Amino acid sequence: MSGCRKRCKREILKFAQYLLRLLTGSLHPDSVEDEMEMATVRHRPEALELLEAQSKFTKKELQILYRGFKNECPSGVVNEETFKEIYSQFFPQGDSTTYAHFLFNAFDTDHNGSVSFEDFVMGLSILLRGTVQEKLNWAFNLYDINKDGYITKEEMLDIMKAIYDMMGKCTYPVLKEDAPRQHVETFFQKMDKNKDGVVTIDEFIESCQKDENIMRSMQLFENVI
Amino acid sequence: MAAGVAAWLPFARAAAIGWMPVANCPMPLAPADKNKRQDELIILNVSGRRFQTWRTTLERYPDTLLGSTEKEFFFNEDTKEYFFDRDPEVFRCVLNFYRTGKLHYPRYECISAYDDELAFYGILPEIIGDCCYEEYKDRKRENAERLMDDNDSENNQESLPSLSFRQTMWRAFENPHTSTLALVFYYVTGFFIAVSVITNVVETVPCGTVPGNKELPCGERYAVAFFCLDTACVMIFTVEYLLRLFAAPSRYRFIRSVMSIIDVVAIMPYYIGLVMTNNEDVSGAFVTLRVFRVFRIFKFSRHSQGLRILGYTLKSCASELGFLLFSLTMAIIIFATVMFYAEKGSSASKFTSIPASFWYTIVTMTTLGYGDMVPKTIAGKIFGSICSLSGVLVIALPVPVIVSNFSRIYHQNQRADKRRAQKKARLARIRVAKTGSSNAYLHSKRNGLLNEALELTGSPEDEHLTKTTSLIESQHHHLLHCLEKTTGLSYLVDDPLLSVRTSTIKNHEFIDEQMFEQNCMESSMQNYPSTRSPSLSSHPGLTTSCCSRRSKKTTHLPNSNLPATRLRSMQELSTIHIQGSEQPSLTTSRSSLNLKADDGLRPNCKGSQITTAIISIPTPPALTPEGESRPPPSSPGSTTNIPPIGSNIVKVSAL
Repeated sequence: MSGCRKRCKREILKFAQYLLRLLTGSLHPDSVEDEMEMATVRHRPEALELLEAQSKFTKKELQILYRGFKNECPSGVVNEETFKEIYSQFFPQGDSTTYAHFLFNAFDTDHNGSVSFEDFVMGLSILLRGTVQEKLNWAFNLYDINKDGYITKEEMLDIMKAIYDMMGKCTYPVLKEDAPRQHVETFFQKMDKNKDGVVTIDEFIESCQKDENIMRSMQLFENVI
Repeated sequence: MAAGVAAWLPFARAAAIGWMPVANCPMPLAPADKNKRQDELIILNVSGRRFQTWRTTLERYPDTLLGSTEKEFFFNEDTKEYFFDRDPEVFRCVLNFYRTGKLHYPRYECISAYDDELAFYGILPEIIGDCCYEEYKDRKRENAERLMDDNDSENNQESLPSLSFRQTMWRAFENPHTSTLALVFYYVTGFFIAVSVITNVVETVPCGTVPGNKELPCGERYAVAFFCLDTACVMIFTVEYLLRLFAAPSRYRFIRSVMSIIDVVAIMPYYIGLVMTNNEDVSGAFVTLRVFRVFRIFKFSRHSQGLRILGYTLKSCASELGFLLFSLTMAIIIFATVMFYAEKGSSASKFTSIPASFWYTIVTMTTLGYGDMVPKTIAGKIFGSICSLSGVLVIALPVPVIVSNFSRIYHQNQRADKRRAQKKARLARIRVAKTGSSNAYLHSKRNGLLNEALELTGSPEDEHLTKTTSLIESQHHHLLHCLEKTTGLSYLVDDPLLSVRTSTIKNHEFIDEQMFEQNCMESSMQNYPSTRSPSLSSHPGLTTSCCSRRSKKTTHLPNSNLPATRLRSMQELSTIHIQGSEQPSLTTSRSSLNLKADDGLRPNCKGSQITTAIISIPTPPALTPEGESRPPPSSPGSTTNIPPIGSNIVKVSAL
């Protein structure tokens, strides 16, 4: 009963405040000011030499990367929303938000909800200049949504659906309902050696190294930067 | 794809490695980056202000000037920078577009200058960012309206050479200032509209009583007089309508136009009244028809621009007016209902029904307050006061929009009138400038010829005569000269009243082919100036270089050899004036004075120059491009033996 009374009192107080503001004409204070505080989050990346040592890029490449990064995200960090926005610009037809979410998690190695320039550079360093082993490792990390070391069929299905979503509705041939599932089945048949329903990192790397297509396609993006 | 996002493309491509293990088929080959240059700084020099940016920044938009290879045309090898001779202020916005992907429109910039710059750099104005788009659109609309006004007034003032009778009539109707007849017609119709309206009003005034009866309105007392007046007015209106119908370029469109409908509505009652008999049952309807006679007052809108503006404003504010009406209706219904139920209790209340309360609500909301219906209960009074307070609000809201629209359109019209007046002055100035330049051309031509002649004769005296013209000018003059040569025509000088500092040289062979053939027959010893008017021609000496066979051609007496048509309208005096070794007078005060140095024709007489002075008096309009008639010029000072002006005599003195 006392809780009810307290709530009543609170409500009455709020109503009285509202009336007061109505009479004095200050009913709508600037609510924009709240947003300003969020934008003051700034992040400065590590020194250029340090990054150069840590990653496999040259100084010039790092400069180019940073310029592009800073242009799009002046605050120095990418949060998931911005990331999704940027990524969806490359895939205008479909819905790339889900895949962007997975990608964001893969880049956000320290899981703090934002991708800083260091994360960005490290990720790109692996993808573009790393060994095949490192790349496959990264891909495994991407598929393993809960980061427990195993890819389950559900995780793979999520990823597959996200990839198919990026294509959009207008495809030829028309996307069938169970196409992602079929794809997952094929994947598991290929990768899951001991047929235990999950794919471990070793199974994954082993199977990929056996597949020529995959090996070849891993080298595809060497010259991106 | 936005500009900045392009910088993330490498990242997106790298992330594609995530699909590789999942894919079932091999991937396509990646495009090879053929000329992979290291990113370099580009210097863009815009009128001296140096901007620097990365090459890749510019290449984000490959379909613009800066992003494509088109900028190579502006590359300056010596300074290794791209030089643009354009406005640096606007370039700032353009470059920011490349950098941020958003194009902004600076408010202080002129809209057409900005548009020009955007067009130069190959950027579509539609990509202006949301922050500046409204402003840009507003300014552009204003400018377009202004240009449209200009064009309209231009079209009105064009003197089209051949208008059919119908077209002249239509123009006279639309714009009464075109001719006196149109003006007269305009005032007459205006007068009769006024008479008709006043008649309608006075008709109902009671004037005098017939004994034993009620007061009679004037209309019944002087029925015949009013009838005659009405008939006369309707006659005039009918004639006017029929004439307009005849003259209209598109009769169907004219019939559908508002003014024509008003015209018809204004005169129909009369004819219907004539046709109908004086039946009792239809006369009631007939009386109501007379109400439509008052629409004649709308015919005044042809005469008053303010009325037209008002009508146009109301039309353009149709949505605001509609909103006003709708909100008023809503409020009326609400308050009428409330008042009815509030006053239901009180006895002898005037609020007998909700529709009856409508009247009270309207009167209260518009703050009229007649007082014929007054609430008596307390609740009624409370709601009545709320009603009157809110009435002011509801009515006041859309009014400023209408007013601002009206003000904008009205000021535009004012501006249009002012611009029309300024345009006349401007055109006059342009004409002067044009004649100045063409005279400069002629002058320099003459000087050029003199120079050539001097080279032939070797006399150094006249070198100082040549005006030093700029390179551009001389090239322009050369161009005009070539055109003359090509077409076989020559330029005429404009209105002789304009003081021109040049003298004109007549080109005898460029009259036209007819005369030219006639010229061929004659000997070269006599140079008779030809042509109808002070036309410039190249020096015969010059012609020796281009058309040597013409050098011997002579002109003929215009009066004798000209076709009759020309003779009629032309009176020309020509004198051949021999001067000694003094320089020919370069400047005359009249454009029609022609001097001609004739060295080419007389190679034997070195050291003397023959100048031919020709004074032309009004030339036929068809022959002159300007179509102006020239008043007879006065005699210039240099030639002494010029016969008095106005005479038809052609005086030729032999050499």
